[in-house]
Amino acid sequence: MLVLIGVLLVIVGFAIRLNPLLVVTISGIVTALLGGMSPLEILNAFGSGFSSSRSVTIFVVVLPVIGLIERFGLQEQAKTLIAKLAKLTAGRVLLGYLVIRQITAALGLTSIGGHAQTVRPLVFPMAEGAALRRYGSVPDKVREKIKGHSAAADNVGVFFGEDVFVAVGSILLITTFVDTTYGLHLEPLQLAIWAIPTAVCAFLIHGFRLLRLDRQLDKAVQEARTEDAAATPAGGQA
Amino acid sequence: MINVESIYWLIGLLFVAWAFLIARDANHPRRWGSSSFWGLLGLCFFYGTAVEAKTAPAWILGIAVLALVALASTGLLGDGRSNTASEEQRTASAAKFGNKLFIPALALPVVTVIVVLLAPVLKIGSKPLIDPTHTTLVALGIGAIVAALVGVAILRPQNKLSPVLEGRRIIETIGWAALLPQMLSTLGILFTQAGVGTAVGTLAKGVLPNGSLLAAVVVYCVGMFIFTVLMGNGFAAFPIMTAAIGWPVLVQGFHGQPAIVFAIGMLAGFCGTLCTPMAANFNLVPSALLEMKNKYGVITAQIATGVPLLFANIALMYFLAFRHA
Repeated sequence: MLVLIGVLLVIVGFAIRLNPLLVVTISGIVTALLGGMSPLEILNAFGSGFSSSRSVTIFVVVLPVIGLIERFGLQEQAKTLIAKLAKLTAGRVLLGYLVIRQITAALGLTSIGGHAQTVRPLVFPMAEGAALRRYGSVPDKVREKIKGHSAAADNVGVFFGEDVFVAVGSILLITTFVDTTYGLHLEPLQLAIWAIPTAVCAFLIHGFRLLRLDRQLDKAVQEARTEDAAATPAGGQA
Repeated sequence: MINVESIYWLIGLLFVAWAFLIARDANHPRRWGSSSFWGLLGLCFFYGTAVEAKTAPAWILGIAVLALVALASTGLLGDGRSNTASEEQRTASAAKFGNKLFIPALALPVVTVIVVLLAPVLKIGSKPLIDPTHTTLVALGIGAIVAALVGVAILRPQNKLSPVLEGRRIIETIGWAALLPQMLSTLGILFTQAGVGTAVGTLAKGVLPNGSLLAAVVVYCVGMFIFTVLMGNGFAAFPIMTAAIGWPVLVQGFHGQPAIVFAIGMLAGFCGTLCTPMAANFNLVPSALLEMKNKYGVITAQIATGVPLLFANIALMYFLAFRHA
């Protein structure tokens, strides 16, 4: 039971907003010591943990091309393009992306999108472009909200789309684990089929929220403007 | 054969190149600390190949990783503003190139998908050209290189190395968060080795009342959720909760259909992934990437989906996985 102190350290560390890298490292070391590991074993675990998890840092390979096209005005172009489409609002742009992301992930095309590949260069600028069209200018608070929802649409789409595809890590993990541990013979396809009801629920819940997002943004823009007007009574924007 | 290690070397090479650029930048506020951090991180990617092949001791890499954490958490790492185009220049350039700017952005996923689809038939002699165990990662690496080349060909930047220079701008805005996903994955390994899973299994069995199917479903799903929140991913939570409740109680005790119980159980964990800073690559790296002021802003946007969806999963499992009399 003592090893649970490590879990507690993580919670406390994040709560008091220490640098997460430090929290994770210290909690790992403390847990390992309480679990009876030797210093050498701990160093070995950090080393092999790093080398076996290098795949999660794969997003780095796309930064050069994204950086290049950003320098040449990709985000600006995305905004201009969206501004021409009158009916598109930030919420509808993100709803459209959620649909595309979930369907492509269900077809196994998870690497087609992602925060570095699509959210930063395309999805956020398009959503922001739609908001700019609607409001003229976008207060920082509202921009933050649009950023958060841009990343959220990607996460929800990929999490609850990918499990409908058979050859995905989580499905294979389930079959490997239960087949070897309990001697079952589960077909990945059975698991993928039973991921569909949750995928539909995820789409309904998140889609509904995105449809309501525009009204929330309207309100937030209003509030930010009243605050501004109150702060600077002499000036003020039209 | 192009294996996944060559992609890791490409990543390592990028980090080292960025370290070199930072070292040459006299105006950088944290010149040497930042340069050492990215350079050392790059070397770790190379050395990792030998650790995976078991030809070099892992503890050396362990020390290097701790050094990276020390550099990042003592404020020696900083964001230097690299020379890039001004907003006016970008707007002018957007007007000049128009929708051609989307070509490299679309080339990235298109090439990736083509390589994935062609991988099974691409062969040199009888050996596959692309490592069949990591097709997607290798394809993404190839897609990124092709897209960068296409970008340079279309946009003709004055400096042909412009993609590397601009990549540095983005990685510096991400900063230490770039290392966090790998550290969390290591933490998961340490937790498992130290027996955190077993301790929790005991706790979970303690709170479970006897004979109630609904209570068991709730404990399994909520347990998956909480564990995913604590460990950062559903993969680590699944073996713990399945060994504690999913298999012995739900499948053996209540005769639930295993495929449904396990598939929905895992997805209950995914709801937790939406709500936790421990899932750094999904929740913290994007907020750094989007330069958000609140680094928990992505989670804030997701909680109102994650929690209702957890309840939906509980209901789905209860009604679909068991034959109700």
